[in-house]
Amino acid sequence: MKQFLFFIQKEFYHLFRDKRTLFILFGMPVIQIVIFGFALTNEVKNSRIAILDNSKDETTASIIQELNASRYFDVIENLNSSSELEPIFQEGKVKLAVVFPPQFQNTLLHANTAQIQLIADATDPNVANTLTNYATAIIMDYQSKIKGNQNFPYTINTEMRFLYNPQMKGSYNFVPGVMAMVLMLVCAMMTSISIVKEKELGTMEVILVSPIVPLRVVVAKMIPYLLLSMVNIGSILLLSVYVLDVPIRGSIVLLVFECFVFTLTALALGLFISSVSDSQQTAMLISLMGMFLPTIMFSGFMFPVENMPIPLQVISNLVPAKWFYYIVKEVMIKGLGFINVWKETAILTAMTIFLMAISIKKFKTRLE
Amino acid sequence: MTYNKQRTATNDSMIAVKVHNIKKTFKTEKSIVTALEDISFEVNRGEVFGLIGPDGAGKTTLFRILTTLMIADAGDAWVDGFEVVNKYKEIRKRVGYMPGRFSLYQDLTVEENLAFFATLFNTTLEENYDLIKTIYQQIEPFKKRRAGALSGGMKQKLALSCALIHRPSVLFLDEPTTGVDAVSRKEFWELLRQLQIHGITIIVSTPYMDEASLCDRVALMQEGRIMQINSPRGITESFKKPLWSVRSGNMYQLMLDILALDAIDTCYPFGQYHHVVFKDETYSLENAKQILSTISSDLEVKQIPATIEDCFMELMRK
Amino acid sequence: MMEDKVISVEQLTKRFGSFTAVDSISFSVSRGEIFGFLGANGAGKTTAMRMLCGLSFPTSGKAIVAGFDLYNDPEKIKKNIGYMSQKFSLYEDLTIRENIRFYGGIYGLTDGQIKSKTEFMVQHLHLEDQVDKLVKSLPLGWKQKLSFSVAMVHQPKIVFLDEPTGGVDPVTRREFWTMIYEAAHEGTTVFVTTHYMDEAEYCDRVSIMVDGRIDALDAPSELKKKFNASTMEEVFVQLARKAKRGD
Repeated sequence: MKQFLFFIQKEFYHLFRDKRTLFILFGMPVIQIVIFGFALTNEVKNSRIAILDNSKDETTASIIQELNASRYFDVIENLNSSSELEPIFQEGKVKLAVVFPPQFQNTLLHANTAQIQLIADATDPNVANTLTNYATAIIMDYQSKIKGNQNFPYTINTEMRFLYNPQMKGSYNFVPGVMAMVLMLVCAMMTSISIVKEKELGTMEVILVSPIVPLRVVVAKMIPYLLLSMVNIGSILLLSVYVLDVPIRGSIVLLVFECFVFTLTALALGLFISSVSDSQQTAMLISLMGMFLPTIMFSGFMFPVENMPIPLQVISNLVPAKWFYYIVKEVMIKGLGFINVWKETAILTAMTIFLMAISIKKFKTRLE
Repeated sequence: MTYNKQRTATNDSMIAVKVHNIKKTFKTEKSIVTALEDISFEVNRGEVFGLIGPDGAGKTTLFRILTTLMIADAGDAWVDGFEVVNKYKEIRKRVGYMPGRFSLYQDLTVEENLAFFATLFNTTLEENYDLIKTIYQQIEPFKKRRAGALSGGMKQKLALSCALIHRPSVLFLDEPTTGVDAVSRKEFWELLRQLQIHGITIIVSTPYMDEASLCDRVALMQEGRIMQINSPRGITESFKKPLWSVRSGNMYQLMLDILALDAIDTCYPFGQYHHVVFKDETYSLENAKQILSTISSDLEVKQIPATIEDCFMELMRK
Repeated sequence: MMEDKVISVEQLTKRFGSFTAVDSISFSVSRGEIFGFLGANGAGKTTAMRMLCGLSFPTSGKAIVAGFDLYNDPEKIKKNIGYMSQKFSLYEDLTIRENIRFYGGIYGLTDGQIKSKTEFMVQHLHLEDQVDKLVKSLPLGWKQKLSFSVAMVHQPKIVFLDEPTGGVDPVTRREFWTMIYEAAHEGTTVFVTTHYMDEAEYCDRVSIMVDGRIDALDAPSELKKKFNASTMEEVFVQLARKAKRGD
């Protein structure tokens, strides 16, 4: 036992003396959360729009005011003719233009109906969609106000509710995703690299030639990364609760337990990678290509798995991060209990045992 | 696997290492490379035994088989009385090994490196201090320094201390002096000789022929075969032909001229001199001078004893 | 004769902060000379050689290499020198032909020149059957001979060899030294650094660096006489043991 503790101590020396790597390992989750939280958002705020008001009456004026007053839009251009529309989009100054036809108020009052044209830059269809939806909503709102004054007999109001994430925040989606990614990187990649490094140094040969069971030295390598991962999980959760306003609805204990289970899976993967690679470069490439990309592609946090072709959906089941991502969403965002995620937990555990078993079997007591 | 009692132990307590008809081949994509071709030898207890040969002679493969890191295709080997395949666990308790590309943990201090290797062998620095004392004293002033910041010679000494920390009965050193400067190399060899007092058997490999003279016995290896095993003196004395060293002002021209002579068997440049062997082994100094005088009258010619390198080249020709 | 000096160095110094790696060294090397540049680990050899190759600026002192000033024309120096080290020389995963092509290309040889050079080299080294094989399939000795030829592909005035013949068998080693003799005979200056004193014996003159200074510079036989030693190894050990600075 004393022996084992010393091996762990040695790994901590390695870890703490490589300041640059250590900084990356601790800094990475923070940076990822910040990047995903603020840069990669689906929400639309203060989008710049242009107005072409061919009517210039009271109604158009108040609609424009409503648009401008909302936090979604900023009116930055008032156009005078439709010929100005094209250039302004080409220059990328605005993403949306609102066009009122001539005689807008008259038409509305006399024919009881009028048309507003919304022109959106659809090079990014998601943004175009969101913008037109918001604009429509604001105009509808205004319309119902006038209608309310006039006491119209039939009005149908649709009301939407978004469960668990009423503000449709992107962060609900990527916090679990970032957790999966960080754990994969820290555990799988770093352990495999540090084991392979011993092969490159030639120390592995000496360790093999000693009476100790080499696996013990290798398992000691995992402990620091396990702890490091737990620290990272802590910092991710703190950031998401206090900076991104993503609540933890379920039990924190359960959440941490699930993180622990997934960390073990990632460590087992790292051990497996190290048993098939001979150089740090190979270990790194396998980790990136074999772990990191599938985590992004198939866990469901960037691209919905349900929309993928069946073969890819089948493949996604082999990606541990997919199950972890599901578990974290259920526990953290929906606030469900262990009863609802035990199957996924069991799958992760089975994966861990399987990976550990083949790595131990593959782990050689000799060089060949 | 058939277990044969006689195969698992040698009773001869004077023999530290016994190698019997070891063969080893490696498969590459296109071909099969023979690394060791029917190697046999014995090393006595307390001996400093040198494996001398260029890269690719099979020295590292032989070390790996003896340290139980690889299994031979055919043949048997015993280290400290234990058979290398079946009794590998016993051997791993008893041998010290310094691999060729061994470079310690650069980010750990001298002390920490030693502590790690001590722990690996379930021992402590204090337990066998008398053994590594002379070596450790030289690196002790730097014990808080990281191994990466040590000079080449210091690194070498630290690595040797790490390999000795569990008081091995047989020590395997794979090219320990490659890339180390002449002073550090000399000191390293002095340390090895001192270890003999403790009765440790040392098997050391090197591509540098001039280090052969520092061993008790050496095996000259080339392309997976042992060409000769003997004491350094025995090897140089087995060079029977008269050997002449020749020198002039223009060595390159001299070599071309010598090689153009019919009477010449071999002519190899040796630093400031060329070493020449005539086809006729009965030549006297007079004969030699006379023949060489056809090149130039201003030559320095003398008969010299052969070096290990002369013998190695002679053996390579066979 | 001044024009015969291919390297001439006067009080060349390199400081890193308060540490003087190379301490005011002066020497010159003639055309066609084989010059041995020895020193213990950390004596300043590598730093000095880097300066001579135009890779690092001196702190002070003068140096003319291959007819060009170290301060003003380091790029011209690079065009006129070749470099070979045991650690780095050829690309293992390229064929012999591709390696020659690559290095020829670096030094601006025309396609025609590269073609004739390749033919000449391959013939000279008896590698006709191997020319389209990967370098890694060659035995170490052939690799070293080939990388020396490649370092000479642009007919440099000086070729720098960094521990050229480690690990090869004695016969191949001598073939290698014969190539060096041949190059020197044809007028190329050969500048060798090595840890192995028997290699030093092949040099016309040898300098030994201790603590950043050149403590001895002469023909090996003269040095042995001066230090009352029978081998260069003894000379070296006597000098290097005086070193005060550890590294």
